[in-house]
Order: sequence, then C-alpha cells, then structure tokens
Amino acid sequence: MSDFQQQAIRLTAQQQPLVWLESLRAQATDAWLAQPWPTRKTEHWKYTPMQGLQNTQLKALGSAAKPILDSAQQNDLIPLDAYRLVFVNGIFNAEHSSSLPEAVIRFSHANAEQQALIEKYLGKIVEGERHLFATLNNAWLDDGVLLHVPRNQRLEKPVYIVNVVTADAAASNQRLLIVLDENAQAEVVEHYCSNLDAKNSFANALTEIHIGDNASLQHYRLNMEEEQAQHIGAVHVDLQRNARLRGFALALGSRLMRVDYQLNHRGQGAELDLQGVYLPRNQQVVDYHTNVCHWVPHCKSNEVFRGIVSDSAQAIFNGRIYIHQDAQKTLAELSNKNMLTSNKAEVNTKPELEIYADDVKCAHGATISQLNANARYYLQSRGLSRAEADVMLSFGFINELLEQIAQPVVHDYLQPRLAKLFGRDNSLIAADVLAELADD
Amino acid sequence: MLRIADLFARVEEKEIIKGLNLTVKPGEVHAIMGPNGAGKSTLGNVLSGREGYEVTGGSVDFNGKDLFELEIEERAREGMFLAFQYPVEIPGVSNMEFLKASVDAKRKHHGQPDLSAVEFMKLARETSKRVNLDQAFLKRGVNEGFSGGEKKRNEIMQMMLLEPSLCILDETDSGLDIDALQVVANGVNAMRSPERSFIVVTHYQRLLDYIVPDYVHVLANGRIVKTGGKELALELEEKGYAWLENEAV
Repeated sequence: MSDFQQQAIRLTAQQQPLVWLESLRAQATDAWLAQPWPTRKTEHWKYTPMQGLQNTQLKALGSAAKPILDSAQQNDLIPLDAYRLVFVNGIFNAEHSSSLPEAVIRFSHANAEQQALIEKYLGKIVEGERHLFATLNNAWLDDGVLLHVPRNQRLEKPVYIVNVVTADAAASNQRLLIVLDENAQAEVVEHYCSNLDAKNSFANALTEIHIGDNASLQHYRLNMEEEQAQHIGAVHVDLQRNARLRGFALALGSRLMRVDYQLNHRGQGAELDLQGVYLPRNQQVVDYHTNVCHWVPHCKSNEVFRGIVSDSAQAIFNGRIYIHQDAQKTLAELSNKNMLTSNKAEVNTKPELEIYADDVKCAHGATISQLNANARYYLQSRGLSRAEADVMLSFGFINELLEQIAQPVVHDYLQPRLAKLFGRDNSLIAADVLAELADD
Repeated sequence: MLRIADLFARVEEKEIIKGLNLTVKPGEVHAIMGPNGAGKSTLGNVLSGREGYEVTGGSVDFNGKDLFELEIEERAREGMFLAFQYPVEIPGVSNMEFLKASVDAKRKHHGQPDLSAVEFMKLARETSKRVNLDQAFLKRGVNEGFSGGEKKRNEIMQMMLLEPSLCILDETDSGLDIDALQVVANGVNAMRSPERSFIVVTHYQRLLDYIVPDYVHVLANGRIVKTGGKELALELEEKGYAWLENEAV
C-alpha cells in the first residue's frame, strides 16, 4: 500500500456520502487499500509513470475552491445545443448547467425508482479487480450522473458533461452511468478540461454504459486538460443484442492521462466503432488501454487510434482483442498508428489478439510511421516548403479521423483547435467558410 | 524558357537519361513521345526535382536560372508545373487548404499578398467549373477517392490556379476516357499563350489530336532521336517506335 492510497481514503472524511451508496463505498475502500500500488512490474501499468501521482499531495476532494467559471472558460465550452451539466472541481454547478430532461438525474437527486436502477447497474459493468482506479472511484463516490433512456425513446439533444478543474491540488471524482433500454438512442459528450491554476490536480473519472438490445450510443470522451493536470479514467461498456456504439476519444496530453476502455460484446449482432487521437507534447504522458471482448458470436468491432508524439512526450497504447471460443463469426479490427516528431519522443504500442474461436476474421496492426515521401514531394512540387508540407501531412494524419466525427458541432469545435496545435491557419476549415462553400 | 543541354540522369544506379538536349521557347508546345522505358517520366521527375533522381551530367537553364540550384518548391514557385501521371492521394489534407497554400506560396514568392479565404474560394469555384469538377471535391482530401479522370482534372485545375510559365504534362492522357480527355485538353488549350510553354509527354498520338504540338520529339534510350512537326506523331502511330530505336543505337 502506498501513501497515495492512504491519503486518498483520508480525503473522504470531507465528504457527505449518500446513505444508499454506503456499502458500495465501504467495500471499495477496503479493496482499494488492499491492492498493491502499480509499478513497472504491474502488467497493465508497465509503461505508465506513476511516481508523480504517488508523490502528489492532494488538498481537497471535491471542495469548490473556485466554483465559478470565468468568461474565457465559459467561451471555451463546446457550443452544443445540449443538456449540459457542468462540474467544477467535481462539484455540480447549476449556474453553468442547463435544465435537464427526466432522463438525466444526479445520483444525489435520484428518486427511489432511479436509485434502484442505479444500484442495479452501478459497479456491475466495471471489472473492479483489474481496474484499481475504478475501485477508488467507488470509494470516493458521493454523487454522479445517471442517463437513462427508456425503451424506444431517443434523447432529443446530446448530453454534454463538462468537468473543469480550476484549483491547485484538487482531487475530483466523476461518475457517469448510462443505461439505454431496448431500442433507445442517445449521444453523450464527456469533456474534461482544466486551467493553469490546476497544478497537481487529480481527476478520477469512471463511466459505465449499458447499451440494451437494438439501442445505440454515440459517445465522445475529450481530454483537453492543461499541462499539469493528472487524469485517470475508464469507460466500461456492455453491448447487448444488436447494440451499436460509436465512440471517439481525444487526448491532448497532460502530466499524466490514463484512460481504459473495456468494451464487452454480450449480445449477438452488436457493433462498435472506436476512434482515438492523441497528441502529447512537452513532457506529457498519454496512455490508452483498450480491451474489446467478444463473448458471443456475430459481433463486429473496429478500433482505430492515431497519435503524434512530440518533444519529450510519451504515448502508450495497449489494444487487446479477446475472442471467446463461442464468439464465432466475429469481425474485429484494430489499428494503431503513431508518428514521432522528435528524437526524445517515445511510443510503446502493443496490440494483443487472443482468439479462441476458429471461424473469425481479425486484423490488427501497430506502426510507428514516417510521413509519406510521395505525398511530401507532391505538395512541394506545388510550391509548399518541406516544412509546410510536413505540417500539413502531420495534421492530415489525424484529420483523417477527425473528419469522421459524426457530431458536426464537436467536429467544428475540435478541428480548428487541433489545427492550431500544428500551427495551421484555420481560415479555410472554419465552419462558416465551409458553410458558405456548401451554399451553391 | 527551358534549355536542357547534354543531360544525364540516373535512378538507383541505372542510367536513364543519356545525353538529352531540348530547347523550349515561350509559347511553344513540345510533345515528347517514345516507347515504355525510354525515360519519359524520368525527365519530368528530374526537372521537378524528385528525390532519388540523380543528375550526373549536363545542365538545365530555366528562365535564366540554373534549375538544379533550386529546391523542388522553388522550381514550382518560379513557374514550373508537373502534372503527375499518378497524382498522390492524401487523405486528411483538405484539397481546398492545399490549393490555397500552394497559391499563397507562389504569390508570396512574387511579392504578392495572400488571397483572403473568400477571394480564394471564388477563384477555386470558378476554376473547378472550368475543369468540370464538382465543388464537393474541394472539401475532400487531396485526390482522396477521386477517379482517374477526376485526379487528372484536379491536376489541370491546380495548373490553372498556379498559372505556371512551363507546364509539363506527364502522360496526362493515361487512364482517361474520351470525355475526360477532352476536358483536360480544353483546359490546356485555354491556357496556351505566347508566354506559356508546354511539354506534353505521352505514349499515344491520341492526345495530340486535341493538344496540337509545335514540335514532336521521340525519346528513346534516354535521348531525343528524332524531332519533327505534328505529322511525326501520325507517322509514329502508324509505324511504331521500333524503327527509331534501331536508329538510336
């Protein structure tokens, strides 16, 4: 047991937990304290530098040192016509949030029926033994968001959940539970950000998703924190019969960002697409671990992650596909491509394929690639300098994935911001310019 | 415009161009024909400065400058344009952004200010109409998912936007149906002027029905072995190249 583990539990003294979640919290507290702290020798944490987090002295758990967003922060939110929930340092902020439909409720405001639903799913989709920080999320649980879309219903607007960290050494716990009943549809954007004050902060964010028969979910998880933030999170999903998940993950990079995707095909005919982009710079660390499990036949999964790693940054990608012996007729693909733009940048990528069924079609690949020399020559032959061509091609490498973002407002929000990281003038890809072009 | 004198060049240790001479004056259209492997595409690549093509002898003067002193992009900004036989697909790089960057690069080189987004878009739209290319292509990735004909029309569109003084068309007719060929040829003909020269590299005489050359050269074994007027193309169509290849040895 590390000091960090003990410290984390000491912080819970500041909380006022919900009575009906007490037993889950208590069990998780014991489990968290009983598990060893991850080191280089721990299989799933081999490349993740945990020393910085271990040495972090957290000040407060969910205390709202500065609960109001300034105008710059407000302007930086995605201009999505959505049901919006804003949390500042883990505390819900009504002022910045919109009115919510019946389908969206905070745990602390759940009625008996909703509590029963939460208890049915919460902590059940996640596999706690393998996910240390999911255990901590349970131990820290004092609120959360439930999105429950009943049978045959479609949520009118996207749900947009913003988690902003604004305080020094702030610890925050974020929890989201999505339950889509049969044939329901929803779209959810999780947006994590921080400001420059949030040094040594630590956010622990856990999302559990149940996608019922024929239901479909579009899910975005955007990590756009500043340099000094630390973030560990996970998305655990169960897909039932003919369920559909379309996911997008983005990490701009911070001192430590680790996100696990655990995706379970539990009903036949389910399909998932997951795309991810990461762009760590300076000394930042980005770590994605994905685990797609095909437990039943006739499911599809397609996963594409691309990253550009600059300066002395480090990226870790571990993509596992597991195909159970019963999961015949599985179609599974995984691709991870990386580009390094400096000699000090580092990528550790590992695709893992475990197949126990004989009639499946799987493909996986991980590469560390260079810019395409033919493409560079083509651009130069049209007058672009080599440096300009390289910037354009690097952005193109990730823009290929951005172009596939289904939600246009999210696409139009991200594309110019990411282009800017590449020093690209975005005058031509700005939404209004494109709209004008579309007019005739 | 262009003076190639006793040019020797090789690719991966293999000598391809072996003592080539060619002078192109402003306003002239030169066709270069020849059998496969004669060095036709190599010539375009050497002139545009592609990596891996090593010049081992001779000189090329382009508008008074030593061509081999110029980087790839400087040749383009100075007014050389190579229309590729196989234009590269670059997914993720917006065609429109690419076109604007290339136009701006050339303007900057000549001391002109960048075009505004609106000015450029007007220009791009008009130009895309001239080559019969749907405007949706402007928003796609560079050549991404374009058919063969669409790629070639995109090349001609770039040529129109960049207004080069020397256009080298490398087998632009390959893979084109007759309608696309006409669009490409009309685009080229519309750009003919007393100040602009063309080198049309082609395997077949067909393209020269539409783009009528002032001179036809036969390239064989890395040298120009015969030069004539447009009627030479018809003779080649009839007799093939073998009789000239024998002459070249």
